[in-house]
Amino acid sequence: MTDWPLLTLLVWLPIVGGVVVLGVGDKSPANARRLALIISAITFALSIPLWTGFDTSTAAMQFEEMHPWISALNINYHLGVDGISMPLILLTTFITVLVVIAGWTVIQYRVAQYMAAFLFLEGVMVGTFAALDAALFYIMFEAMLIPMFIIIGVWGGPNRVYATIKFFLYTFLGSVLMLVSLIYLYSKSGSFEILDYHALPLALEPQIFIFLSFLLAFAVKVPMWPVHTWLPDAHVEAPTGGSVILAAIMLKIGGYGFLRFSLPITPDASMTLDWLIILMSLVAVVYIGFVALVQQDMKKLIAYSSISHMGFATLGIFIIFMIFRNTGNYDGASMAVEGAMVQMISHGFISAAMFLCVGVVYDRVHSREISAYGGVVNTMPIFAAFFVLFAMANAGLPGTSGFVGEFLVILASFKANFWIAFLAALTLILGAAYTLWMVKRVIFGEVANDNVAKLEDINSREILFLTLLTASVLLVGLWPAPLLEVMEVTVENLVQHSAASKLGPSL
Amino acid sequence: MESLLLAIPLAPLLGAIIAGLFGKIIGRAGAHTVTILGVAIAFFLSAYVFKVVAIDGAEAINHSVYTWLESGGIKFEVGFLVDNLTALMMVVVTFVSLMVHIYTIGYMHDDPGYQRFFSYIALFTFSMLMLVMANNFLQLFFGWEAVGLVSYLLIGFWWKKPTAIFANLKAFLVNRVGDFGFLLGIAAVLMYTGSMDYAEVFAKAPSLQNETMSIFPNTSWSVMTVICILLFIGAMGKSAQMPLHVWLPDSMEGPTPISALIHAATMVTAGIFMVARMSPLFELSTTALSFVMVIGALTAFLMGLVGIVQNDIKRVVAYSTLSQLGYMTVALGASAYAAGVFHLMTHAFFKALLFLAAGSVIIAMHHEQDIRKMGGLKKYMPITYITSLIGSLALIGFPGFAGFFSKDSIIEAVHHSTIPGSTLAYWAVLSGVFVTAFYSFRMFFLVFHGKERMDEHTREHLHETPWVVTGPLIALAIPSVLAGFLIDPIVVGDFFKGAIHVDQIHDSLHDVREHFHGAFQFILHGVTQPPFFLAMGGLFSAWFIYLRKPEIADWAAEKFSWLHKLLLNKYWLDDFNQAVFAKGARGIGQALWSGGDRVLIDGLVVNGSAKVIGWVAGVVRHVQSGYLYHYTFAMIIGLIILLGWFVWRV
Repeated sequence: MTDWPLLTLLVWLPIVGGVVVLGVGDKSPANARRLALIISAITFALSIPLWTGFDTSTAAMQFEEMHPWISALNINYHLGVDGISMPLILLTTFITVLVVIAGWTVIQYRVAQYMAAFLFLEGVMVGTFAALDAALFYIMFEAMLIPMFIIIGVWGGPNRVYATIKFFLYTFLGSVLMLVSLIYLYSKSGSFEILDYHALPLALEPQIFIFLSFLLAFAVKVPMWPVHTWLPDAHVEAPTGGSVILAAIMLKIGGYGFLRFSLPITPDASMTLDWLIILMSLVAVVYIGFVALVQQDMKKLIAYSSISHMGFATLGIFIIFMIFRNTGNYDGASMAVEGAMVQMISHGFISAAMFLCVGVVYDRVHSREISAYGGVVNTMPIFAAFFVLFAMANAGLPGTSGFVGEFLVILASFKANFWIAFLAALTLILGAAYTLWMVKRVIFGEVANDNVAKLEDINSREILFLTLLTASVLLVGLWPAPLLEVMEVTVENLVQHSAASKLGPSL
Repeated sequence: MESLLLAIPLAPLLGAIIAGLFGKIIGRAGAHTVTILGVAIAFFLSAYVFKVVAIDGAEAINHSVYTWLESGGIKFEVGFLVDNLTALMMVVVTFVSLMVHIYTIGYMHDDPGYQRFFSYIALFTFSMLMLVMANNFLQLFFGWEAVGLVSYLLIGFWWKKPTAIFANLKAFLVNRVGDFGFLLGIAAVLMYTGSMDYAEVFAKAPSLQNETMSIFPNTSWSVMTVICILLFIGAMGKSAQMPLHVWLPDSMEGPTPISALIHAATMVTAGIFMVARMSPLFELSTTALSFVMVIGALTAFLMGLVGIVQNDIKRVVAYSTLSQLGYMTVALGASAYAAGVFHLMTHAFFKALLFLAAGSVIIAMHHEQDIRKMGGLKKYMPITYITSLIGSLALIGFPGFAGFFSKDSIIEAVHHSTIPGSTLAYWAVLSGVFVTAFYSFRMFFLVFHGKERMDEHTREHLHETPWVVTGPLIALAIPSVLAGFLIDPIVVGDFFKGAIHVDQIHDSLHDVREHFHGAFQFILHGVTQPPFFLAMGGLFSAWFIYLRKPEIADWAAEKFSWLHKLLLNKYWLDDFNQAVFAKGARGIGQALWSGGDRVLIDGLVVNGSAKVIGWVAGVVRHVQSGYLYHYTFAMIIGLIILLGWFVWRV
C-alpha cells in the first residue's frame, strides 16, 4: 500500500472518473449518480492512508512523487504532503462524498455533467494542495475555476451570469500577478520547486512585491475584506453543492497559499506588512460580522459569516510576528498558526453543514429569504435539531469544532496585543447574534405560512450527510488533539522558518 | 476513585442522550426513568465523594482525564479537581437537580415535549458538573458555555411563544457579552502564567502581583487587576450582575422547573463559584475586589427594589434571585468567600423551593401567574403554603432558618471589610434586608392570604398538587431550615482550607469567627442586631399594607410615581439596551453593508471599473469606423504632425 502513488491516485482517480461519468451521460442519470458516489467514496477511502501512514515526527514532505514533466523549463510533476496540506486533502475528499450524496435527487438536470464537474473539481483541488511544483500548483489553482464556473453557470440561480463573471474575473485577476511572481522566482532560482523558493534568499524589495502579488491572489480566494464581494453573490447563485465546495474547500486554498507561499517565501515582507493583513482580518471579523447581522438571505448571511470566520485563519497566520515583537519569543506563534489551521478545517465542516441545511429547506420551499420561513421546528423537528447544533458550532460553542480555532487564535493574539484579542473576541457576541437571530426567525416561532406548514422533515439521505457532519464537528470539538498532533511539527518548523530572515542581495 | 468521579457527570449525560435521541422509542416513562436514574446516580456518588473528601478529610483529588489538545507547548486538558468546595457544589447541584427532575414529572405532565425536557435538564446537570469539577480554565469555560446552551434551549423550550424565543436569544447574547470578558481573562491568565491548570496558575499568581501591563498607551495597569476584572465580567453575565442582569427576569419565560434549577439554584451561581475558586487570584487585587463588591451591592439593593413592584409570581422570585446573587457577590468582594458560597448553598435550597412552590401555585391556578388574581390559597394548598412560608422565612433571614445564618455572616463580613466601597456595600446590603422581607411577604400574603381574587372556575378546581410536586417541596424545605447550622464548619471552621485562599489583610470574617460560640448563641446575638429589626419591619409592613390597608400601596404608588415608574420600567435598562445595542448593531450593519459593500466596493470599485472599461471601449470603438477615407485622413494628419515635430526640432 505504501508503494502506491497515493497522491497521484487522489488527483487523477476523480478526474478520470469524472470523464467516465460524463461518458455514461444523461441517458442513465441513476448510473451516473451511483458511479460518482463510488468514485468519490473510493477516493475518500484512499485518502485515509495519508492520515494513518503519516509520520508526525517530521516536517519534511511525505508521500512524495517526482517525475520530470517539462524538462526544458525544469518543471516537475512533484507531489507531496506535510501536516498542513494533508488534513486539507482529507477534508476535500470527505466533503466531496457529501456533495455527491446531497445532489442525489435534487439535481435532475444534466446529472452526469453535474457529478463529473464535482469530481474534476475534487481532483484539481487535491492537486492544488499536493503540488510541490509552483507551475503545477498554478495550473491546478487556475483549473479549479473552470468546473466551479460551470457549476454556478449551469446549475445556478437566476442571476448566475453576473455572479459567475464576477467570480471568475475576481479570482483570475487576483492570480495573474502571482504567475508573474512565480516566473520571477524561477528566474532567480532556476526551478519551479516550491521548496527551493523557501530557501531562496531575497532582498526586501522583491520580497514585498512578491508578497503583495501573493496577497492579492490569496486574499481574493479567502476572501478577505475588501476583495470579498464576489463570495456572497457566488454563494447566492450557486447550487447547494457548489456553495458547499466553495465555502468548505476553495476558500481554504487562500489560507493554504499564505502558509505555503507567503510566509516561507517572503518572511521578511510578511513581517514588514503583517499589520496590513491583521487589519484586514480584524475588519473581516468585526465589519463583516455586523454586515452578516442585517442579511435577509440565508445564503448571504452564511457567506458573510464565512468571511468573518476566515478572518480568524488569516489573523492566526500573520499574528506570529507581533507575538514575537511583544513577548520576545515564538511560544504563542505556533498556537496561532495551529488555531488558524483548525479554524479552516472546522469551517470546512460547519459551512458545509450550514449550506446543506439551507439547501434542505430551499429544495422544499424554493426561497432563501429568512422572512419566507418561521416555525420550521414545528414541521421539521429533526432538521431543526441539526440546524441548531450547526448554528451553535457556527457561533463557536465549546464542544464543537467552531470553538477550537477561534479559542487558540484569541489566546495567541492576546500575547500580541490586548486590542487585537479584544476585537477578535467580539466574534463571540457578533457570531452568536447573527447566527442565532437567524435561527430564531427561521426555526422557532409559530408556523409562519402555508409553505412551512407543508414541510416534510428530512429523509434518511439528508439525515445521513448531516449526521456525518455532526460527528465531524463534535469529534474535532471534543478531541482536537489528533488533528493538532498531525500538524504540530510542520507548523513549528514553518514558524521557525518564517522567523528567520532570508534577506538576500538586493536587485 | 477516578473512574467513580468520571461516572458522576457521565451518568446524567448518558440519560440525556438516551432521552434525547430515543425519546420516542422509550416513551415518557422511559425518558424520565432514565434521566432520573442518571441524576440519582450522580447524586449518590457525589454524596459519597463528599463524605470521603469533606467529612473523612481525604486529600483533594486532582487528576486529568484526557488531553484535549496540545499547542505551543501548552497542554489543554479535561480533568477534575475535587476538594471541599467542589464536593459541596456537586452535592448541592445534584440534589436540587434530582428534586427538580422528580417535580418535572408532575409539572410537565401534559407537555408534548416531555422527553425533550428531561433530556435537556439531564444535559444541564452534566454541564454544570463539568463546570464545578474542572481543574483548569479550559474545562471551566466548556461547562460555562454548555450551561449557557442548555439555558438557551430551555428558556426557548416553548418555542411558539414569541416572548420565549426573544428571551432565550437575549439570554444567550447577554451571556456572551460576559463570556467575551471571561475569554479575554483566560487569555490573560495563559499569557502571564503559561498554564491553564488551576494549581499551576495559583502557584504562579503571587509572583505577578507587581507586574503591570499597558492597555491604553501610557497607562500601566496591574496585571492581576485586569485578569480578575475580565474574569469577573464573565461572572457578571452568568450570575446576572448589573448591568448584565437583564436576561434573567426574561428567562422566566421558560418552564418553572428550570427557573428553579438553572435560573435560581445552580447555573446562575456559577459566577459566584468561579470567583470563589479564583480566590487566590482575586486576593491579589484589592481594586478588583472593590469592583466586585460595588457591582454586587448595586445589584443586591436595586434589583430588590424592582421586586416590590412585580406582579408576576415568577418575576418576583426572579428579582429576588438577582438581589440574592448580589449578596453573594458582595461577600466575594469582601473576601468572605466562605460566606458567599454558604449563602449560595442555602439560597439554592430555599430559592429552588420558592420557585417550585410558585410552580405548584401556577399549576393549581391553571397557569395564571398574576398575584393580583390570587389570594387565600392557604386553605386549598396546605403543603405548598407551609413550604412557601419556610422558604420565605429562610429568604428574609428569619432567625434559625438557613438564610439567616448565611446572610448575617455576609452582612457582618461587609461591616468589617475595609476595602474601598465597603461602606456603600454595607448600607446597600443592610437596607436590602428590609426590601427582601417586604417583597417576599408582599407576594406571600397576596398569594396565600386575604381575599380570593381568582375567577369562579379557577376557584372550583383549586386543590393541592400531586405528590411528585409536593414531595420535592418538602425535601427542599428541610435543608432550607437546617442547612444554616452548617455555619459552624463552613464559615467559622476551616472547611474551605486549601480550596479558598484569603489574604490576612482582607480577612473580614475574622470577627465572625472570633465571636462565634455556637449556632444558638449566633441566633441570640442576631435578634439584637439591625438586620433582624429590618427584616421584621419589612415583614410587618408587607402584612399591614397588603392585608390590612391595601390603599396605602395605591397611595404610595401615586405619591412616589416617579419612583414607581422607575421601578416598573426596571430603570429603563431594557429599553436602553434595545435602543442602543440591538438597534445600534443593526444600524451599523446596515450602514456598512449598503455603504461599504454595495456602494463603495461593489458599486464604485468592482462594477465601476467594469463600467470604465466599457466606457473607454465604447469611445475608442468609434475610431474604427471602417471608412477608408477616415483612416487615410488620420494617416495624413499624423504624418503632418510627425513631420512638423521633426522640422520644429531641427
